[in-house]
Amino acid sequence: MPLDKSIKKVLVIGSGPIVIGQAAEFDYSGTQACQAIKDEGIDVVLVNSNPATIMTDRGMADQTYIEPLTAEYVEKIIQKERPDSIIAGMGGQTGLNLACELYDKGVFDKYGMKVIGTSIPSIKEGEDRDSFKRLMERTNQPIAPSEIVTDLESGLLFAKQIGYPVIVRPAYTLGGTGGGIAETPEQLEVILSQGLRLSRVGQVLLEKSIKGWKEIEFEVMRDSAGNCITVCSMENIDPVGVHTGDSIVVAPALTLADKEYQMLRKAAIDIINSIEIKGGCNVQFALDPDSFNYAVIEINPRVSRSSALASKATGYPIAKIAAKIALGYNLDEIKNAVTGKTFACFEPAIDYIVTKIPKWPFDKFFGAKRNLGTKMMATGEVMAIANTLEASLLKGVRSLEINQYTLERKSSRERSTVELRQRVIVPDDERLFDLAELIRRNYNMDKLAEITGMDPFFLKKIKNIVDAEEELKKHKLTDLSYDMLKKYKKMGFSDKGIAELVGCHANEVFNLRSMLGITPVYKMVDTCAGEFEAVSPYYYSTYDDTTESVPSDKKKVIVIGSGPIRIGQGIEFDYCSVHSVLSLEKAGVETIIINNNPETVSTDFDTSDKLYFEPLTEEDVYNIILLEKPDGVILQFGGQTAIKLANFLDDMHVPVLGTQPKYIDEAEDREKFDEMLEKLNIKRPKGKAVWSVKEGVEEANKLEYPLLVRPSYVLGGQGMEITRNEIDLVRYLTDAFAKDAKNPVLIDRYLGGREIEVDAICDGTDVLIPGIMEHLERAGVHSGDSISIYPPQNLTSEIIDKIVDVTHKIAIELNVIGMINIQFIEFKNELYIIEVNPRSSRTVPYITKVTNVPVIDIATNIMLGKTLKEMGYSTGIAPQTDTVAIKVPVFSTEKLPRVEVSLGPEMRSTGEVLGVGHSFTEAMYKGFVAAGTTIPKPGSTILATVRELDKENFLPIAKKFDLLGCSFIATEGTAKLLSDNGIKVQTAKKISEGVPNVLDVIRSGMIDLIIDIPKKGNDAHSDGFKIRRTAAECSVSIMTSLDTVRALTDVMEQRYTPNSVNIISLSDIK
Amino acid sequence: MKGQLILENGARFVGSLFGADANIVGEVVFTTGMTGYQETLTDPSFAGQIVTMTFPLIGNYGINFEDMEAKHTNLKAFVVREKCDFPSNFRNEMNLDDFLRQQGVVGLEGVDTRALTRILRDVGVMKGVIMKGDPSDNDIKILMDSMDNSDVIMQTTTDGIYTVNDTGRTHIAFIDMGAKQGIVRDLAKRDCRLTVFPADVSADKIDAVKPDMIFLSNGPGNPLDAPGTVDTVKALIGKYPICGICMGHQIIGLALGCKTKKLKFGHHGGNHPVKDLKTGSVYITSQNHNYIVSDYPDEVEETFVNVNDGTCEGIRHKTLPIQSVQFHPEASPGPLDTGWLFDRFLKEI
Repeated sequence: MPLDKSIKKVLVIGSGPIVIGQAAEFDYSGTQACQAIKDEGIDVVLVNSNPATIMTDRGMADQTYIEPLTAEYVEKIIQKERPDSIIAGMGGQTGLNLACELYDKGVFDKYGMKVIGTSIPSIKEGEDRDSFKRLMERTNQPIAPSEIVTDLESGLLFAKQIGYPVIVRPAYTLGGTGGGIAETPEQLEVILSQGLRLSRVGQVLLEKSIKGWKEIEFEVMRDSAGNCITVCSMENIDPVGVHTGDSIVVAPALTLADKEYQMLRKAAIDIINSIEIKGGCNVQFALDPDSFNYAVIEINPRVSRSSALASKATGYPIAKIAAKIALGYNLDEIKNAVTGKTFACFEPAIDYIVTKIPKWPFDKFFGAKRNLGTKMMATGEVMAIANTLEASLLKGVRSLEINQYTLERKSSRERSTVELRQRVIVPDDERLFDLAELIRRNYNMDKLAEITGMDPFFLKKIKNIVDAEEELKKHKLTDLSYDMLKKYKKMGFSDKGIAELVGCHANEVFNLRSMLGITPVYKMVDTCAGEFEAVSPYYYSTYDDTTESVPSDKKKVIVIGSGPIRIGQGIEFDYCSVHSVLSLEKAGVETIIINNNPETVSTDFDTSDKLYFEPLTEEDVYNIILLEKPDGVILQFGGQTAIKLANFLDDMHVPVLGTQPKYIDEAEDREKFDEMLEKLNIKRPKGKAVWSVKEGVEEANKLEYPLLVRPSYVLGGQGMEITRNEIDLVRYLTDAFAKDAKNPVLIDRYLGGREIEVDAICDGTDVLIPGIMEHLERAGVHSGDSISIYPPQNLTSEIIDKIVDVTHKIAIELNVIGMINIQFIEFKNELYIIEVNPRSSRTVPYITKVTNVPVIDIATNIMLGKTLKEMGYSTGIAPQTDTVAIKVPVFSTEKLPRVEVSLGPEMRSTGEVLGVGHSFTEAMYKGFVAAGTTIPKPGSTILATVRELDKENFLPIAKKFDLLGCSFIATEGTAKLLSDNGIKVQTAKKISEGVPNVLDVIRSGMIDLIIDIPKKGNDAHSDGFKIRRTAAECSVSIMTSLDTVRALTDVMEQRYTPNSVNIISLSDIK
Repeated sequence: MKGQLILENGARFVGSLFGADANIVGEVVFTTGMTGYQETLTDPSFAGQIVTMTFPLIGNYGINFEDMEAKHTNLKAFVVREKCDFPSNFRNEMNLDDFLRQQGVVGLEGVDTRALTRILRDVGVMKGVIMKGDPSDNDIKILMDSMDNSDVIMQTTTDGIYTVNDTGRTHIAFIDMGAKQGIVRDLAKRDCRLTVFPADVSADKIDAVKPDMIFLSNGPGNPLDAPGTVDTVKALIGKYPICGICMGHQIIGLALGCKTKKLKFGHHGGNHPVKDLKTGSVYITSQNHNYIVSDYPDEVEETFVNVNDGTCEGIRHKTLPIQSVQFHPEASPGPLDTGWLFDRFLKEI
């Protein structure tokens, strides 16, 4: 069927803030969907609470609402915009759940809307556990037998029926708490009784263990006429037991013969036919490695992380095609944009091997429990394309930015064989390196396959790399002949990797390679394995002889992407890269993107003129530069990943557009930076680098407590703490120097003032500040984790003038051309500088949207040589808009066992939402709602535990809660404070005082909000830490800064309801 | 050992030899299937050809003796980027290298198969030789000129008449043009008794067994080289239902008065979309052919068409029980989407 002409206006629901398990892939899919719908001349109404996304840009949809993703708000938008249709499957699980809720409430019927694409009943069939079971029975598809049990006896009986081992999954506990695998009835008794106790509803799912089976995924598409195709198969290197999001995945599946492959492909198609999918669907299988037996693990009737990966792995744009199907088209009516000749109704043939490796946040969260299991923990992923698995894996490893260029990892090397053996059985993020190390020690390969459940094929491939590494170690650089070097390059080794193994500098390998004429060529990703001529400018490197990438002689610029999503470097940077490309295009410049993140819009092959899907290392980037000979390279938009290439590119005489590398260096070098501030007479909190505990204590006495302490060798606030006395300082320093005696610890005076942040654009003469952002929480909370308010609510005009002046001075002094980000503290009416980043920051998408200033466009044009004046902007602050917009961080700590929850100097948030209103409280209200924070109502119960230091500050807040009709439960000290001041309070037992204690109170579900102001964070043994973890795991809202709580009471006093506030579209922000 | 693939247009690909030890000549084709190399190796339709796999890793799940499409291989040589010497699969019985050596097939690995594929795509199917070391131009020319694939059907068809599934209810006269076992299996599975004839069978011999249907299999090469099969089929039209696959389809087409044409580089792979012209449904099919049927007379209608290039994928006679398809409903290798076609064929009886 061609286009359904009755569709005139479509509602698209986004996926909200980035959280673990739901990341940038939905910005990619949502953006594709919006474009695909708009291409047909159909209006798009978009709602998404996440301001960092490309989909929420002006111009992506016809009307964009950055509003909370709740049924009430979406209904209000529907009421106002009156779309005739909704597409449900583009916004991840969040979008899907919301669509289901609206459907159940009859909202679509009420407004005469139809659900296009896969229907809600079809979605529910796949999503709901019971109906999924029935669906599988109906379609004759095997699943692992399972049952929900509520008592020990029936559990034991069921286990006896299905046979051991069985998996125990308690209902409603996150992070797999209380679950496990039981091999025997005795073990089951222990695990099951614990699971029953920990489950809030006393329910436990028992499932036959298929641990060790191969995990295979298929991405399938179906149109309304019932035409089905499979886009891609994928195989997890880690067998069933590790979440696919935490597995290393290869595409296509590599250990299946045609018979097994076609068996699973047919099963996938039978399933999607049976539930009448109209769009994309993901089907996950477990396959017995020793027979044709398989079990369907789950289906996702929507676009997903896997579909984003499959799209990038094949060049087949799943989300776009799914949107076209929803609009009525059949697969054979949609052109394949890659070949321009064939149609979407075909199955991609790929002639390379793709590897996806998850990026885990454990470098930020060293206390976290790193074991991988059935709950996903990775924040992002990298993808690599090569024509051998070895090369693909090695490219992937160096894309992770964990300073690994080979499979030899220091931490693994230092482990005993027994420890390594244990660690590969219970995998964590270092399993790949642990495996390599065991193989290096000649551990029995058959046994290794047996204990890990991994296919011997994959282990042998790892062994090939290890063997090559060992071979290389026997050589010196000068021994390497053309044939040898070519062999290792073909195998995927980087110059740096080879250099490490033969013991020289990467430069020397590069020079030898250049002399011998060993350079990479670039092959095209074309969906058809070369069968048809393709027009997709999407490339990967190999060390073959023929290249397919032919550089043009046009003016061109390379934009370096930001790599995998991680804490502190998220989707915002993809937003910046993509926007820079759009601006370059408008300026008539050929655009080239280099990036390795399959979840993003930047790695969509039609975003730029050319896309190189490559690691972002010096070598990989430079190889492309040598081929393309660009007029310039833009680094400012790729976060730290791109910025760290600055010096190298400068050394290689590659033209870097915008701020020159030596000035970037100046801003990043603490001493040079201090000199500059001194020269400009700008204040910063006093501080010093110290090299010993003794020196630290002496310095501390000069500076006065409280002090901000951090190791000098890490970025992004890792390991940063506020110490308030000598005891804490000595403990911190002792620990820090024990970990690393070679680097100093930085000690700064801690100023507990107001934090202020600006992003500015400088052309060398003028400095434009789109807007000033004020942080709600006082200094000490990482800027990425603070609630950020635009326009500022509490700054005097003197301070604002000062901010403008200082920003101007610094930008000019640092010779900034393009973006700069500065963070200030206002303390006792004085302005201090705490950080300067000579690049685009994570607040740029937010400030762009709320100020209406096209920040990246202006900055890009400046880098191309234009001035602010030419573009109609003057120096100073851009005119203020009449709305208040508040960015609220969102955390994924419930998914990361043993990670601290409270706010602190280390960044922990994974995403953000925006609240837009006509006043501070209205915007704040929406921000809380969008972030999923429970706003207490009269009758709500609040659990409070406040440190001594803040008791006095807490009292007026507590009185407000009391007046608003909330009641308190508190731990001893806080309870005493409250009752002494006439506030009614119940006391909860401390954990050491037996049950039921404060943790049981949280688990009981009676608490609406927890206020926990900790003495200090990161102490896993403290009661506070356990309270916060329990809160996160039970999904109870928790606030750990009184500043946040104060804002909450301000909001509560206004007694907002969804009906009393207005919805505001981006076009309303003026 | 070093070996070279040298194409008719002079392009050379240096690699390492494996499998059988010989210098060979053949027609160079590529196939895009990502699984199913074993079925490809044993598919008689590849007789006389040098087959290159576009997928870069071959041999990864080994060889088993259940998935054979014929008792032995028929192709001349197998060109891959990387052959896997440590296959892993529960059915694996032998690795690729040993299998090719035992079957007398020359293997060449370490080739930029994508570059090779792009040449074949742009220039079209060509002759090629695989030779050891650095052969002289004269040796190359002699070997290149020696290629003669006109007899490949008789090289791959059965030597004598035999039967399959003697207890089957429906009796099929099966003309083996170089048949894949998958087709035989699919028919036998549907309660058919097969009398298998060689490609040069006469109409009388078929009449003699009084079949319920005549079925023509796939096979290698040019249908115009078929040894009298077209005339045999012509003589049987109207007497029996006649169905066929691939080469069989082309023979039926010629017998009905259609023409055949050679494609530039053929269809070889498991991802070709084919549209059923009656229902509008599209199926993903397995394909392996260099020739197509064209120019139908009035009494013949097209039943399936290739979505990518619009070429003929199936025909039927408007009044008589005769129909055939160009693609492979038996899959092996490839998608199982059109297996129902066998039921449709049998309904012609």
